[in-house]
Amino acid sequence: MSILLQVQGVTKRFGGLQALTQVTFDLPAGQILGLIGPNGAGKTTLFNVINGVYSPEEGRILFREQDITGKKPYELAKMGMARTHQIVRPLNELTVHENVMVGACFGRENQPLGRAADIAAEILQFVGLTVKPDQLAGSLNVAQKKRLEMARALAAHPYLLLLDEVLAGLNPSEISNMVETILKIREQGITIIMIEHVMKAVMNVSDRVIVLDYGQQIAEGTPAEISKDEKVIEAYLGDPRLAERLLQEN
Amino acid sequence: MALLEIKDLVSGYGEVQILWGASLELAEGQLTCLVGGNGVGKTTLLRSLMGLLRPWQGSVTFQGKDVTHLPAYTKAEMGLVMVPEGRQLFTEMSVYENLEMGASNKRARPKLKHNLERVYEMFPRLKERQAQKAGTLSGGEQQMLAVGRGIMADPVVLMIDELSLGLAPVLVLQLFESLKQLRELGITILLVEQNVQMALAVSDYGYVLAEGKVELQGPARHLIKDQHVREAYLGL
Repeated sequence: MSILLQVQGVTKRFGGLQALTQVTFDLPAGQILGLIGPNGAGKTTLFNVINGVYSPEEGRILFREQDITGKKPYELAKMGMARTHQIVRPLNELTVHENVMVGACFGRENQPLGRAADIAAEILQFVGLTVKPDQLAGSLNVAQKKRLEMARALAAHPYLLLLDEVLAGLNPSEISNMVETILKIREQGITIIMIEHVMKAVMNVSDRVIVLDYGQQIAEGTPAEISKDEKVIEAYLGDPRLAERLLQEN
Repeated sequence: MALLEIKDLVSGYGEVQILWGASLELAEGQLTCLVGGNGVGKTTLLRSLMGLLRPWQGSVTFQGKDVTHLPAYTKAEMGLVMVPEGRQLFTEMSVYENLEMGASNKRARPKLKHNLERVYEMFPRLKERQAQKAGTLSGGEQQMLAVGRGIMADPVVLMIDELSLGLAPVLVLQLFESLKQLRELGITILLVEQNVQMALAVSDYGYVLAEGKVELQGPARHLIKDQHVREAYLGL
Protein backbone atom coordinates (compact mmCIF):
# COMPACT_ATOMS: atom_id res chain seq x y z
CA MET A 1 0.00 0.00 0.00
CA SER A 2 1.42 3.38 -0.92
CA ILE A 3 1.75 6.15 1.62
CA LEU A 4 -0.03 9.32 0.50
CA LEU A 5 0.93 11.62 3.35
CA GLN A 6 3.81 11.57 5.83
CA VAL A 7 3.86 13.94 8.77
CA GLN A 8 7.27 13.84 10.41
CA GLY A 9 8.04 15.47 13.75
CA VAL A 10 5.80 18.47 13.17
CA THR A 11 5.98 21.13 15.86
CA LYS A 12 4.01 24.39 15.78
CA ARG A 13 4.28 27.20 18.29
CA PHE A 14 2.27 30.37 18.74
CA GLY A 15 4.46 32.60 20.89
CA GLY A 16 4.93 30.67 24.12
CA LEU A 17 2.18 28.18 23.32
CA GLN A 18 3.28 24.83 21.96
CA ALA A 19 0.28 24.01 19.80
CA LEU A 20 1.73 20.84 18.25
CA THR A 21 4.64 18.79 19.55
CA GLN A 22 6.45 16.31 17.30
CA VAL A 23 3.37 14.99 15.54
CA THR A 24 4.34 12.04 13.37
CA PHE A 25 2.26 9.64 11.28
CA ASP A 26 1.98 7.99 7.88
CA LEU A 27 -1.31 7.92 6.05
CA PRO A 28 -1.77 5.11 3.51
CA ALA A 29 -3.69 5.99 0.35
CA GLY A 30 -7.37 5.10 0.41
CA GLN A 31 -7.81 5.17 4.18
CA ILE A 32 -9.90 7.28 6.51
CA LEU A 33 -7.94 8.69 9.42
CA GLY A 34 -9.94 10.07 12.33
CA LEU A 35 -8.37 12.93 14.29
CA ILE A 36 -9.89 13.36 17.73
CA GLY A 37 -9.07 15.02 21.04
CA PRO A 38 -10.51 17.42 23.62
CA ASN A 39 -11.07 21.10 22.84
CA GLY A 40 -7.88 22.97 22.18
CA ALA A 41 -5.89 19.79 21.52
CA GLY A 42 -4.48 21.15 18.25
CA LYS A 43 -6.59 19.31 15.69
CA THR A 44 -7.46 22.24 13.46
CA THR A 45 -3.91 23.57 13.87
CA LEU A 46 -2.64 20.28 12.48
CA PHE A 47 -4.97 20.69 9.49
CA ASN A 48 -3.68 24.21 9.02
CA VAL A 49 -0.11 22.97 9.03
CA ILE A 50 -0.85 20.11 6.63
CA ASN A 51 -2.62 22.31 4.13
CA GLY A 52 -0.16 25.17 4.32
CA VAL A 53 -2.04 27.85 6.27
CA TYR A 54 0.82 27.72 8.81
CA SER A 55 4.30 26.45 8.31
CA PRO A 56 5.70 24.37 11.17
CA GLU A 57 8.69 25.43 13.27
CA GLU A 58 10.06 21.92 13.11
CA GLY A 59 9.45 18.79 11.08
CA ARG A 60 8.36 18.20 7.54
CA ILE A 61 5.42 16.98 5.56
CA LEU A 62 5.58 14.77 2.48
CA PHE A 63 2.61 14.50 0.15
CA ARG A 64 2.82 11.97 -2.67
CA GLU A 65 6.52 11.67 -1.89
CA GLN A 66 7.20 15.37 -2.34
CA ASP A 67 8.28 17.63 0.49
CA ILE A 68 5.45 20.16 0.77
CA THR A 69 6.57 21.86 4.01
CA GLY A 70 6.01 25.60 3.68
CA LYS A 71 3.94 25.40 0.51
CA LYS A 72 0.87 27.64 0.31
CA PRO A 73 -2.72 26.33 0.44
CA TYR A 74 -3.38 27.23 -3.23
CA GLU A 75 -0.27 25.34 -4.32
CA LEU A 76 -1.38 22.33 -2.33
CA ALA A 77 -4.87 22.57 -3.81
CA LYS A 78 -3.30 22.20 -7.26
CA MET A 79 -1.29 19.23 -6.05
CA GLY A 80 -4.47 17.48 -4.94
CA MET A 81 -5.20 18.47 -1.36
CA ALA A 82 -8.62 19.88 -0.51
CA ARG A 83 -10.29 20.74 2.77
CA THR A 84 -13.49 21.86 4.36
CA HIS A 85 -13.70 24.32 7.24
CA GLN A 86 -15.34 23.90 10.60
CA ILE A 87 -17.15 27.20 10.13
CA VAL A 88 -18.56 26.89 6.63
CA ARG A 89 -17.61 29.73 4.33
CA PRO A 90 -19.53 29.56 1.07
CA LEU A 91 -19.35 32.46 -1.36
CA ASN A 92 -22.81 33.65 -0.38
CA GLU A 93 -23.40 35.88 -3.39
CA LEU A 94 -22.67 33.10 -5.87
CA THR A 95 -25.09 30.31 -6.70
CA VAL A 96 -24.62 26.88 -5.17
CA HIS A 97 -23.52 25.61 -8.56
CA GLU A 98 -20.98 28.41 -9.05
CA ASN A 99 -19.51 27.74 -5.62
CA VAL A 100 -18.72 24.19 -6.63
CA MET A 101 -17.31 25.39 -9.97
CA VAL A 102 -14.77 27.44 -8.04
CA GLY A 103 -13.46 24.20 -6.57
CA ALA A 104 -13.08 22.64 -10.01
CA CYS A 105 -11.36 25.72 -11.49
CA PHE A 106 -8.75 26.11 -8.76
CA GLY A 107 -8.20 22.48 -7.84
CA ARG A 108 -5.89 19.82 -9.13
CA GLU A 109 -7.13 19.96 -12.70
CA ASN A 110 -7.60 23.68 -13.24
CA GLN A 111 -10.72 23.17 -15.34
CA PRO A 112 -12.10 25.71 -17.82
CA LEU A 113 -15.57 27.06 -16.99
CA GLY A 114 -17.55 24.79 -19.29
CA ARG A 115 -16.03 21.63 -17.91
CA ALA A 116 -16.18 23.02 -14.35
CA ALA A 117 -19.94 23.45 -14.76
CA ASP A 118 -20.32 19.80 -15.72
CA ILE A 119 -18.19 18.66 -12.81
CA ALA A 120 -20.19 20.86 -10.42
CA ALA A 121 -23.47 19.31 -11.55
CA GLU A 122 -22.05 15.84 -11.16
CA ILE A 123 -20.59 16.47 -7.70
CA LEU A 124 -23.72 18.17 -6.40
CA GLN A 125 -25.64 15.08 -7.32
CA PHE A 126 -22.99 12.89 -5.73
CA VAL A 127 -23.23 14.68 -2.37
CA GLY A 128 -27.00 14.77 -2.58
CA LEU A 129 -27.41 18.53 -2.69
CA THR A 130 -30.28 19.06 -5.07
CA VAL A 131 -31.28 22.70 -5.32
CA LYS A 132 -32.54 25.05 -8.00
CA PRO A 133 -29.75 26.01 -10.42
CA ASP A 134 -29.90 29.69 -9.49
CA GLN A 135 -30.18 29.28 -5.73
CA LEU A 136 -27.69 31.45 -3.86
CA ALA A 137 -25.33 29.69 -1.47
CA GLY A 138 -26.23 32.15 1.29
CA SER A 139 -29.80 30.86 1.34
CA LEU A 140 -28.89 27.26 2.25
CA ASN A 141 -29.53 25.79 5.69
CA VAL A 142 -26.69 24.45 7.82
CA ALA A 143 -26.84 20.84 6.65
CA GLN A 144 -26.89 21.99 3.03
CA LYS A 145 -23.99 24.36 3.59
CA LYS A 146 -21.96 21.48 5.00
CA ARG A 147 -22.69 19.48 1.86
CA LEU A 148 -21.79 22.44 -0.30
CA GLU A 149 -18.50 22.82 1.52
CA MET A 150 -17.79 19.18 0.84
CA ALA A 151 -18.87 19.44 -2.81
CA ARG A 152 -16.58 22.39 -3.39
CA ALA A 153 -13.64 20.44 -2.00
CA LEU A 154 -14.50 17.34 -4.03
CA ALA A 155 -14.82 19.31 -7.26
CA ALA A 156 -11.07 19.88 -7.02
CA HIS A 157 -10.70 16.12 -7.57
CA PRO A 158 -8.30 15.82 -4.64
CA TYR A 159 -6.17 12.86 -3.64
CA LEU A 160 -6.48 13.93 -0.02
CA LEU A 161 -9.56 15.45 1.56
CA LEU A 162 -9.37 17.12 4.98
CA LEU A 163 -12.77 17.28 6.68
CA ASP A 164 -13.03 19.59 9.69
CA GLU A 165 -16.10 18.73 11.75
CA VAL A 166 -18.51 18.16 8.89
CA LEU A 167 -20.97 16.48 11.27
CA ALA A 168 -21.15 19.28 13.84
CA GLY A 169 -24.56 20.89 14.05
CA LEU A 170 -26.31 18.16 12.08
CA ASN A 171 -29.26 16.19 13.40
CA PRO A 172 -29.04 12.40 13.73
CA SER A 173 -30.52 11.60 10.31
CA GLU A 174 -28.35 14.23 8.61
CA ILE A 175 -25.35 12.69 10.37
CA SER A 176 -26.06 9.23 9.01
CA ASN A 177 -26.55 10.66 5.50
CA MET A 178 -23.24 12.49 5.75
CA VAL A 179 -21.47 9.38 7.01
CA GLU A 180 -22.73 7.49 3.96
CA THR A 181 -21.38 10.23 1.73
CA ILE A 182 -17.99 10.03 3.44
CA LEU A 183 -17.86 6.29 2.85
CA LYS A 184 -18.82 6.83 -0.81
CA ILE A 185 -15.96 9.30 -1.15
CA ARG A 186 -13.52 6.72 0.14
CA GLU A 187 -14.90 4.18 -2.33
CA GLN A 188 -13.77 6.54 -5.05
CA GLY A 189 -10.23 6.13 -3.80
CA ILE A 190 -9.94 9.49 -2.07
CA THR A 191 -7.95 9.47 1.17
CA ILE A 192 -9.59 11.31 4.07
CA ILE A 193 -8.54 12.83 7.36
CA MET A 194 -11.50 13.83 9.47
CA ILE A 195 -11.59 15.91 12.63
CA GLU A 196 -14.72 14.98 14.46
CA HIS A 197 -16.37 15.24 17.85
CA VAL A 198 -19.31 13.02 16.99
CA MET A 199 -17.49 10.01 18.38
CA LYS A 200 -19.90 7.31 17.29
CA ALA A 201 -19.49 8.37 13.69
CA VAL A 202 -15.73 8.85 13.69
CA MET A 203 -15.13 5.56 15.47
CA ASN A 204 -17.33 3.78 12.95
CA VAL A 205 -15.89 5.12 9.71
CA SER A 206 -12.19 5.52 10.52
CA ASP A 207 -9.62 2.89 9.60
CA ARG A 208 -7.24 4.44 12.10
CA VAL A 209 -7.56 7.15 14.73
CA ILE A 210 -5.03 9.60 16.11
CA VAL A 211 -5.70 11.28 19.44
CA LEU A 212 -4.23 14.69 20.24
CA ASP A 213 -4.18 16.21 23.71
CA TYR A 214 -2.45 19.53 24.42
CA GLY A 215 -0.69 19.26 21.05
CA GLN A 216 0.76 15.84 21.81
CA GLN A 217 -0.10 12.74 19.89
CA ILE A 218 -1.13 10.55 22.82
CA ALA A 219 -2.42 7.53 20.90
CA GLU A 220 -2.74 6.06 17.45
CA GLY A 221 -4.51 2.88 16.43
CA THR A 222 -7.68 1.26 15.22
CA PRO A 223 -10.91 2.56 16.76
CA ALA A 224 -11.10 -0.56 18.93
CA GLU A 225 -7.56 -0.01 20.25
CA ILE A 226 -8.19 3.68 20.87
CA SER A 227 -11.33 3.08 22.87
CA LYS A 228 -9.39 0.88 25.32
CA ASP A 229 -6.35 3.14 25.63
CA GLU A 230 -5.94 4.37 29.20
CA LYS A 231 -4.28 7.62 28.12
CA VAL A 232 -7.19 8.40 25.82
CA ILE A 233 -9.71 7.65 28.52
CA GLU A 234 -7.81 9.93 30.87
CA ALA A 235 -7.68 12.73 28.29
CA TYR A 236 -11.42 12.54 27.83
CA LEU A 237 -12.65 11.66 31.28
CA GLY A 238 -9.98 13.14 33.55
CA ASP A 239 -7.41 11.57 35.83
CA PRO A 240 -8.90 8.68 37.84
CA ARG A 241 -6.17 8.94 40.51
CA LEU A 242 -7.10 12.52 41.36
CA ALA A 243 -10.76 11.54 41.51
CA GLU A 244 -9.82 8.71 43.85
CA ARG A 245 -8.23 11.22 46.23
CA LEU A 246 -11.36 13.32 46.22
CA LEU A 247 -13.46 10.25 46.99
CA GLN A 248 -11.23 9.20 49.87
CA GLU A 249 -11.49 12.59 51.52
CA ASN A 250 -15.30 12.43 51.53
CA MET B 1 -40.36 17.56 44.28
CA ALA B 2 -37.25 18.74 42.56
CA LEU B 3 -36.01 22.24 43.32
CA LEU B 4 -35.25 22.85 39.65
CA GLU B 5 -36.76 20.83 36.88
CA ILE B 6 -35.76 21.05 33.24
CA LYS B 7 -38.10 19.26 30.93
CA ASP B 8 -37.60 18.34 27.26
CA LEU B 9 -35.49 21.39 26.58
CA VAL B 10 -34.89 22.11 22.91
CA SER B 11 -32.57 24.92 21.95
CA GLY B 12 -29.79 26.07 19.67
CA TYR B 13 -28.21 28.97 17.85
CA GLY B 14 -29.74 30.44 14.71
CA GLU B 15 -30.80 27.43 12.70
CA VAL B 16 -28.43 25.03 14.42
CA GLN B 17 -30.27 22.86 16.88
CA ILE B 18 -28.07 21.74 19.78
CA LEU B 19 -30.44 20.37 22.41
CA TRP B 20 -32.86 17.66 21.36
CA GLY B 21 -35.11 17.40 24.37
CA ALA B 22 -32.90 17.35 27.46
CA SER B 23 -34.48 16.72 30.85
CA LEU B 24 -32.91 16.90 34.27
CA GLU B 25 -33.84 17.56 37.87
CA LEU B 26 -31.90 19.07 40.73
CA ALA B 27 -32.75 17.84 44.20
CA GLU B 28 -32.52 20.50 46.90
CA GLY B 29 -29.20 20.60 48.72
CA GLN B 30 -27.54 18.17 46.36
CA LEU B 31 -24.61 18.47 44.06
CA THR B 32 -25.59 17.38 40.57
CA CYS B 33 -23.19 17.22 37.67
CA LEU B 34 -23.75 17.36 33.95
CA VAL B 35 -20.93 15.84 31.96
CA GLY B 36 -20.38 15.06 28.32
CA GLY B 37 -17.89 15.47 25.49
CA ASN B 38 -17.17 18.51 23.38
CA GLY B 39 -20.12 20.14 21.70
CA VAL B 40 -22.84 17.93 23.16
CA GLY B 41 -24.75 20.95 24.47
CA LYS B 42 -23.75 21.37 28.12
CA THR B 43 -23.21 25.13 27.96
CA THR B 44 -26.21 25.53 25.68
CA LEU B 45 -28.31 23.82 28.32
CA LEU B 46 -27.07 26.19 31.03
CA ARG B 47 -27.59 29.24 28.84
CA SER B 48 -31.08 28.12 27.88
CA LEU B 49 -32.17 27.38 31.40
CA MET B 50 -30.79 30.73 32.59
CA GLY B 51 -32.55 32.59 29.78
CA LEU B 52 -29.38 33.82 28.12
CA LEU B 53 -30.58 31.82 25.15
CA ARG B 54 -34.25 31.47 24.32
CA PRO B 55 -35.44 27.86 24.62
CA TRP B 56 -37.26 26.69 21.49
CA GLN B 57 -39.34 24.16 23.39
CA GLY B 58 -39.56 22.64 26.83
CA SER B 59 -39.84 24.10 30.30
CA VAL B 60 -37.85 25.18 33.32
CA THR B 61 -39.57 24.98 36.68
CA PHE B 62 -37.97 26.50 39.76
CA GLN B 63 -39.50 26.10 43.23
CA GLY B 64 -42.70 24.95 41.55
CA LYS B 65 -42.99 27.99 39.29
CA ASP B 66 -42.64 28.01 35.52
CA VAL B 67 -39.68 30.29 34.85
CA THR B 68 -38.97 29.17 31.28
CA HIS B 69 -39.36 32.56 29.68
CA LEU B 70 -38.18 34.84 32.46
CA PRO B 71 -35.12 36.92 31.62
CA ALA B 72 -31.77 35.97 33.11
CA TYR B 73 -31.65 38.92 35.53
CA THR B 74 -35.02 37.95 36.99
CA LYS B 75 -33.81 34.41 37.47
CA ALA B 76 -30.69 35.73 39.17
CA GLU B 77 -32.91 37.75 41.54
CA MET B 78 -34.75 34.53 42.35
CA GLY B 79 -31.51 32.78 43.23
CA LEU B 80 -30.52 31.01 40.02
CA VAL B 81 -26.89 32.01 39.68
CA MET B 82 -24.40 31.04 37.02
CA VAL B 83 -20.61 31.01 37.08
CA PRO B 84 -19.79 31.26 33.39
CA GLU B 85 -17.18 29.30 31.51
CA GLY B 86 -13.92 31.20 31.16
CA ARG B 87 -14.67 33.12 34.38
CA GLN B 88 -15.67 36.40 32.67
CA LEU B 89 -14.23 38.53 35.44
CA PHE B 90 -13.95 42.29 35.45
CA THR B 91 -10.21 42.12 34.95
CA GLU B 92 -9.51 45.81 35.51
CA MET B 93 -11.40 45.85 38.79
CA SER B 94 -10.07 44.64 42.13
CA VAL B 95 -10.90 41.29 43.66
CA TYR B 96 -13.14 42.99 46.19
CA GLU B 97 -14.96 45.01 43.52
CA ASN B 98 -15.58 41.85 41.53
CA LEU B 99 -17.13 40.26 44.59
CA GLU B 100 -19.21 43.38 45.21
CA MET B 101 -20.52 43.14 41.65
CA GLY B 102 -21.74 39.63 42.42
CA ALA B 103 -23.96 41.03 45.17
CA SER B 104 -25.75 43.48 42.90
CA ASN B 105 -29.16 41.80 42.94
CA LYS B 106 -31.79 42.96 45.42
CA ARG B 107 -31.82 39.79 47.47
CA ALA B 108 -28.04 39.62 47.79
CA ARG B 109 -27.31 43.26 48.59
CA PRO B 110 -28.34 43.20 52.28
CA LYS B 111 -26.29 39.99 52.74
CA LEU B 112 -23.12 41.39 51.21
CA LYS B 113 -21.10 41.31 54.40
CA HIS B 114 -22.24 37.87 55.42
CA ASN B 115 -21.54 36.37 52.00
CA LEU B 116 -18.20 38.13 51.75
CA GLU B 117 -17.16 36.43 54.99
CA ARG B 118 -18.22 33.08 53.56
CA VAL B 119 -16.18 33.67 50.41
CA TYR B 120 -13.07 34.78 52.29
CA GLU B 121 -13.37 31.82 54.63
CA MET B 122 -13.60 29.42 51.73
CA PHE B 123 -10.86 31.10 49.67
CA PRO B 124 -8.42 32.88 52.02
CA ARG B 125 -6.29 33.72 48.98
CA LEU B 126 -8.98 36.10 47.78
CA LYS B 127 -8.90 37.95 51.08
CA GLU B 128 -5.12 38.31 50.86
CA ARG B 129 -5.49 39.70 47.36
CA GLN B 130 -8.66 41.71 47.76
CA ALA B 131 -7.11 44.95 46.53
CA GLN B 132 -5.36 43.36 43.57
CA LYS B 133 -6.71 43.66 40.02
CA ALA B 134 -8.58 40.51 39.03
CA GLY B 135 -6.68 40.30 35.75
CA THR B 136 -3.39 39.84 37.59
CA LEU B 137 -4.51 36.75 39.51
CA SER B 138 -3.35 33.28 38.57
CA GLY B 139 -5.75 30.99 36.70
CA GLY B 140 -6.72 29.12 39.83
CA GLU B 141 -7.30 32.30 41.82
CA GLN B 142 -9.41 33.70 39.00
CA GLN B 143 -11.56 30.60 39.10
CA MET B 144 -11.91 31.01 42.88
CA LEU B 145 -12.97 34.59 42.31
CA ALA B 146 -15.54 33.55 39.70
CA VAL B 147 -17.04 31.07 42.15
CA GLY B 148 -16.80 33.65 44.92
CA ARG B 149 -18.68 36.19 42.84
CA GLY B 150 -21.38 33.56 42.35
CA ILE B 151 -21.65 33.03 46.10
CA MET B 152 -22.00 36.79 46.58
CA ALA B 153 -25.20 36.64 44.52
CA ASP B 154 -26.64 34.55 47.38
CA PRO B 155 -27.59 31.60 45.21
CA VAL B 156 -30.29 29.06 45.85
CA VAL B 157 -28.89 27.13 42.91
CA LEU B 158 -25.33 27.75 41.80
CA MET B 159 -24.53 26.61 38.27
CA ILE B 160 -20.86 26.32 37.46
CA ASP B 161 -19.70 25.94 33.87
CA GLU B 162 -16.29 24.24 33.71
CA LEU B 163 -14.71 24.55 37.11
CA SER B 164 -11.46 22.76 36.30
CA LEU B 165 -10.73 23.81 32.72
CA GLY B 166 -7.07 24.59 32.18
CA LEU B 167 -6.04 24.27 35.83
CA ALA B 168 -3.22 22.26 37.42
CA PRO B 169 -4.24 19.09 39.32
CA VAL B 170 -3.58 20.50 42.80
CA LEU B 171 -5.87 23.47 42.11
CA VAL B 172 -8.48 21.23 40.57
CA LEU B 173 -8.55 19.19 43.77
CA GLN B 174 -8.81 22.34 45.90
CA LEU B 175 -11.69 23.77 43.87
CA PHE B 176 -13.58 20.52 43.98
CA GLU B 177 -13.09 20.43 47.75
CA SER B 178 -14.68 23.87 47.95
CA LEU B 179 -17.77 22.49 46.20
CA LYS B 180 -18.31 20.19 49.15
CA GLN B 181 -18.18 23.21 51.48
CA LEU B 182 -20.76 24.97 49.33
CA ARG B 183 -23.04 21.99 49.57
CA GLU B 184 -22.66 22.06 53.36
CA LEU B 185 -23.88 25.66 53.28
CA GLY B 186 -27.10 24.31 51.76
CA ILE B 187 -26.50 25.58 48.26
CA THR B 188 -27.84 23.35 45.51
CA ILE B 189 -25.22 22.98 42.81
CA LEU B 190 -25.25 22.11 39.15
CA LEU B 191 -21.74 21.46 37.94
CA VAL B 192 -20.96 21.27 34.25
CA GLU B 193 -17.61 19.59 33.71
CA GLN B 194 -15.31 18.06 31.14
CA ASN B 195 -13.41 16.24 33.88
CA VAL B 196 -15.87 13.42 34.33
CA GLN B 197 -13.89 11.53 36.92
CA MET B 198 -13.65 14.52 39.24
CA ALA B 199 -17.22 15.63 38.65
CA LEU B 200 -18.62 12.21 39.46
CA ALA B 201 -16.32 11.82 42.45
CA VAL B 202 -17.69 14.98 44.09
CA SER B 203 -21.34 14.79 43.03
CA ASP B 204 -24.42 13.15 44.47
CA TYR B 205 -26.10 12.60 41.15
CA GLY B 206 -24.88 12.75 37.57
CA TYR B 207 -26.19 13.19 34.06
CA VAL B 208 -24.28 12.30 30.91
CA LEU B 209 -25.26 14.39 27.93
CA ALA B 210 -24.59 13.07 24.43
CA GLU B 211 -25.70 14.65 21.18
CA GLY B 212 -28.09 17.07 22.83
CA LYS B 213 -29.90 14.55 25.03
CA VAL B 214 -29.41 12.89 28.39
CA GLU B 215 -27.91 9.53 27.56
CA LEU B 216 -27.29 8.25 31.07
CA GLN B 217 -28.14 9.32 34.59
CA GLY B 218 -27.86 7.96 38.07
CA PRO B 219 -26.21 8.30 41.46
CA ALA B 220 -22.68 9.55 40.81
CA ARG B 221 -21.15 6.68 42.81
CA HIS B 222 -22.67 4.24 40.34
CA LEU B 223 -21.87 6.21 37.21
CA ILE B 224 -18.19 6.53 38.09
CA LYS B 225 -17.87 2.76 37.80
CA ASP B 226 -20.20 2.45 34.83
CA GLN B 227 -18.61 1.25 31.62
CA HIS B 228 -21.42 2.92 29.69
CA VAL B 229 -20.07 6.34 30.66
CA ARG B 230 -16.82 5.59 28.83
CA GLU B 231 -18.80 4.28 25.94
CA ALA B 232 -20.94 7.40 25.78
CA TYR B 233 -17.74 9.43 25.58
CA LEU B 234 -15.75 7.28 23.27
CA GLY B 235 -18.65 6.59 20.95
CA LEU B 236 -18.80 2.81 20.97
